[in-house]
Amino acid sequence: MSAKSILEADGKAIINYHLTRAPVIKPSPLPPPTKHNAPPRLASLYFPEDANVSDVLDQAEVTYPWLLHEGARFVAKPDQLIKRRGKSGLLALNKPWAEAKAWIAERAGKVQKVEHVEGVLRQFLVEPFVPHPANTEYYININSVRDGDWILFTHEGGVDVGDVDEKAEKILIPVDLSLYPSNEEIANTLLKKIPKGLHNVLVDFITRLYAVYVDCQFTYMEINPLVVIPNEDATSASVHFLDLAAKLDQTADFECGVKWAIARSPAALGITAATTANGTINIDAGPPIEFPAPFGRELTKEEALIAELDAKTGASLKLTVLNANGRIWTLVAGGGASVVYADAIASAGFADELANYGEYSGAPTESQTYHYARTVLDLMLRSPINPKGKVLFIGGGIANFTNVASTFKGVIKALREYAKQLNEHNVQIWVRRAGPNFQEGLKNMKAATQELGLNAKIFGPEMHVSGIVPLALIPGRWEESNIEEFKA
Amino acid sequence: MAPATANGANGANGTSSNPTGGLSANDNIRRFAAPSRPLSPLPAHALFNDKTRCFVYGMQPRAVQGMLDFDFICKRKTPSVAGIIYTFGGQFVSKMYWGTSETLLPVYQEVPKAIAKHPDVDVVVNFASSRSVYSSTLELMEFPQIKTIAIIAEGVPERRAREIAYIAKQKGVTIIGPATVGGIKPGCFKIGNTGGMMDNIVASKLYRKGSVGYVSKSGGMSNELNNIISQNTDGVYEGVAIGGDRYPGTTFIDHLLRYQADPGCKILVLLGEVGGVEEYKVIDAVKQGIITKPIVAWAIGTCASMFKTEVQFGHAGAFANSQLETAAYKNKSMKEAGFYVPDTFEDMPSLLKSVYDNLVKDGTIKPQPEPVVPKIPIDYSWAQELGLIRKPAAFISTISDDRGQELLYAGMPISDVFREDIGIGGVMSLLWFRRRLPQYASKFLEMVLMLTADHGPAVSGAMNTIITTRAGKDLISALVSGLLTIGSRFGGALDGAAEEFTRAFDKGLSPREFVDSMRKANKLIPGIGHRVKSRNNPDLRVELVKEYVKAKFPSHKLLDYALAVETVTTSKKDNLILNVDGCIAVCFVDLVRNCGAFSAEEAEDYLSMGVLNGLFVLGRSIGLIAHYLDQKRLRTGLYRHPWDDITYLLPSLQQQGPPGAEGRVEVSL
Repeated sequence: MSAKSILEADGKAIINYHLTRAPVIKPSPLPPPTKHNAPPRLASLYFPEDANVSDVLDQAEVTYPWLLHEGARFVAKPDQLIKRRGKSGLLALNKPWAEAKAWIAERAGKVQKVEHVEGVLRQFLVEPFVPHPANTEYYININSVRDGDWILFTHEGGVDVGDVDEKAEKILIPVDLSLYPSNEEIANTLLKKIPKGLHNVLVDFITRLYAVYVDCQFTYMEINPLVVIPNEDATSASVHFLDLAAKLDQTADFECGVKWAIARSPAALGITAATTANGTINIDAGPPIEFPAPFGRELTKEEALIAELDAKTGASLKLTVLNANGRIWTLVAGGGASVVYADAIASAGFADELANYGEYSGAPTESQTYHYARTVLDLMLRSPINPKGKVLFIGGGIANFTNVASTFKGVIKALREYAKQLNEHNVQIWVRRAGPNFQEGLKNMKAATQELGLNAKIFGPEMHVSGIVPLALIPGRWEESNIEEFKA
Repeated sequence: MAPATANGANGANGTSSNPTGGLSANDNIRRFAAPSRPLSPLPAHALFNDKTRCFVYGMQPRAVQGMLDFDFICKRKTPSVAGIIYTFGGQFVSKMYWGTSETLLPVYQEVPKAIAKHPDVDVVVNFASSRSVYSSTLELMEFPQIKTIAIIAEGVPERRAREIAYIAKQKGVTIIGPATVGGIKPGCFKIGNTGGMMDNIVASKLYRKGSVGYVSKSGGMSNELNNIISQNTDGVYEGVAIGGDRYPGTTFIDHLLRYQADPGCKILVLLGEVGGVEEYKVIDAVKQGIITKPIVAWAIGTCASMFKTEVQFGHAGAFANSQLETAAYKNKSMKEAGFYVPDTFEDMPSLLKSVYDNLVKDGTIKPQPEPVVPKIPIDYSWAQELGLIRKPAAFISTISDDRGQELLYAGMPISDVFREDIGIGGVMSLLWFRRRLPQYASKFLEMVLMLTADHGPAVSGAMNTIITTRAGKDLISALVSGLLTIGSRFGGALDGAAEEFTRAFDKGLSPREFVDSMRKANKLIPGIGHRVKSRNNPDLRVELVKEYVKAKFPSHKLLDYALAVETVTTSKKDNLILNVDGCIAVCFVDLVRNCGAFSAEEAEDYLSMGVLNGLFVLGRSIGLIAHYLDQKRLRTGLYRHPWDDITYLLPSLQQQGPPGAEGRVEVSL
């Protein structure tokens, strides 16, 4: 649980909905809006593995009838947390629907390489194209630091915005919102290079955007380009956020989940219920927010299973597969210790062979540990037999309150289940753990591995937390040392 | 790391508190008087000393007991926990162990009350959940006497965490956390679950102070540091885990500056992490000469840059947004600034040892003689879990167990009960007889329940239920009034029939001899006779049972015997048939004797325990509840029996007569 990136479509829907609703911190120079924004036109298209691309596109025309408006022109792009899409040729600008559709059909479900990461394109976003003069492209970025939230603004936005840290004007909004700057201060710091006539409109927009940022607990928001086309007398302007990257604070779900959901409800998106009814009942007015995996790292089924287990319990269970054919697997307890293990494996020179990062902590039950362990073992034994054998670290620090004997019971249960294959794959098991009732846990582990004929070495708190890593991985290190295993 | 919801219910460490706070006469309770004069204030660099007292916010008996045990082995005079604040209330004291004796901790439902009662408290260990920790911490900060708050909850929204940190700074309150296990000052104070269990606290010598002060992000790793420090130096002076979130209330620099100012602390240890820029504030302080004591430091997460894609580690804050935030860059910068930075984390212990040895050599640290290792009585439940002790139990149960992952019926997990679809008969055989009976047998049990479920509204049990219902009583009262009617006359025919038929059969009496012997004894044969049914107008229920038993049971000798008895009795009178009670009774005896699941002794034992009555009670409960519901549905009023249906025959005492002839109606026995 932490700050997580969201889909561009979701971010835009949330901003569009709450821009007129979120309470502003201080009154903006313009009168409060009398009506809310119209539903945004965001055709968010998802192409599942088993779906026919053209079916999805046909359904889109039903769900979003505005795609078929005569003469309308669109922007199409993948919506998968990819940065600098324009530079990677992943942006179709100013296209009629037929062309946009063909452009998507050509790419949907296909592997795409962006910089050095490969991934499958599955999520696209289609929006109306907004024609605008180049001098109306701005850049705005809000990001959180310990002392407050930085707002960065520059009048020269667009694809070639360059180093914004260098050229953008900045203002720090302090954590204590009673110290929120006045409209004049905002205009004087951020809008120095903007004609005076536009100040009110822009200050109003920034005020509202920041209100959304606070009210919906964003932790990061970058709009580039931000297009602001003022009306004749500059009392208002039509504002378009053409490209958005945003992160929400996942832990704030209990405070903001309702707000995130309602902005993305079919009604708020202008979708008639008939085309979306799928019978599921959400806890809020709209669908629960999704936090997509970074591009090139679609969650495997197993990772999704662990993520689900994690979300359901007070304990913490994490699993990331780094390299499914890696030789070295970890089953480590503790948020800190798990990183220490990954470090030790990497610094021993085996980063490429490390198969997974993961951790379990916060006193998981025996059955949660069992499910976690068996998922890791299953993944490990699914990859082909490696002539060099495989290594499994069942590691962890000295627990504060997790009962080691009880969590190890779950691990042992999983080992029993896979004992035969563990030997077939020539898996070396290295165990290091301490904490409440570790004596019992290690004793049981020793007895079980001996009974099952597994190649295992077991250590308690006398061993350094990740001391087993070099012993296991660097040839000769174990033989040279005269370290004793744990004795029951 | 430490979910605020993890309570003592299923934990490793046995809780010694009685959740209800109930007291008994032979309790050995220590009471602690309030300090007679206000304590002198702590120096600015110290958060805790050996007189520090705190509140624990939230019901965390296990953590509180851990703190009290720590206090006891540190030889503190008073427990470090002055009271518990638990807004969900109900309880006024919580009983805890103090060494081998016990003490009572007050439980407050409101913060102001707790504060008013304990002016000496300046620390709160806040176990509130991520949802409520913001409001409770803000409330606590309104009281100037509170100087330090440890926030244990994980998953506090970043905006709220920043607000807490900001307000705390304004008010001069030190926040440790969120998402932390807390911290420890050996010999003085332990926050919550820090340091693990007593055996670990003893192993890492946390009961007496050493010379090394550490700050770590991770709570789990802080315990590892306790271990490393105790093995390589004279021990921990103070340690704080600031928590793995992106915006901890206090960071490395806050605590390292305290250690710098504290003359008791000689070596600083910093365990940083990928993500955030807080390590650089320490580097600045060293560069500016504000921190002059040696710092042994390491940032974990050096592997992050070697992965192809971004990985969110277990800690929310462990994510590098720029080169500056990577662990490798931090380690490099710290080394350049003159910190003692090992090549890998595995090399940290030896590096720490060499720093320590140098300080001993130059006289900065003078190792103290080791005090006697204190003893702490082990908790009963924990010792039991370790298999060290035993005691006779007051109760024994051999049929079900709800303690494990899954409810067990006679050893069968409840999921298997459904997977194998063993039915209510199967469940009865598990719980009543602790074994799986063959399918035909459990089917027979179900059949009995169905047949005995109801016998109309006119029978006495149903009558009582109806009348009680109409008197406005609740379901249980109405049901029980019907059930209490069951006995040797009503419903009890089952047990009686089983007993009489079995005795006769086992004695080898022929059916005719049996009938004759009963008549000689002037006894009715239970299970024989029906008000209206007869040989020519048979009871269909009996036919169903007979048919089933003859088809499915391996042996039905007693049924055959009973049917022979019926031949004798019906020859005397046509309605003296084997009735449904008698039929069920003898068939049940056939079942337990011949299904192969019971030994002969067990079979007799179950019959003498009255298991047949159990079948009738269970079955008839269905019908009695039905009558209750029926009367309720009909909204019937209170029943009063009509006078004309009762014959009133009272003695007339005015009428004089000899004793015994006053006109009383007598029934001679």
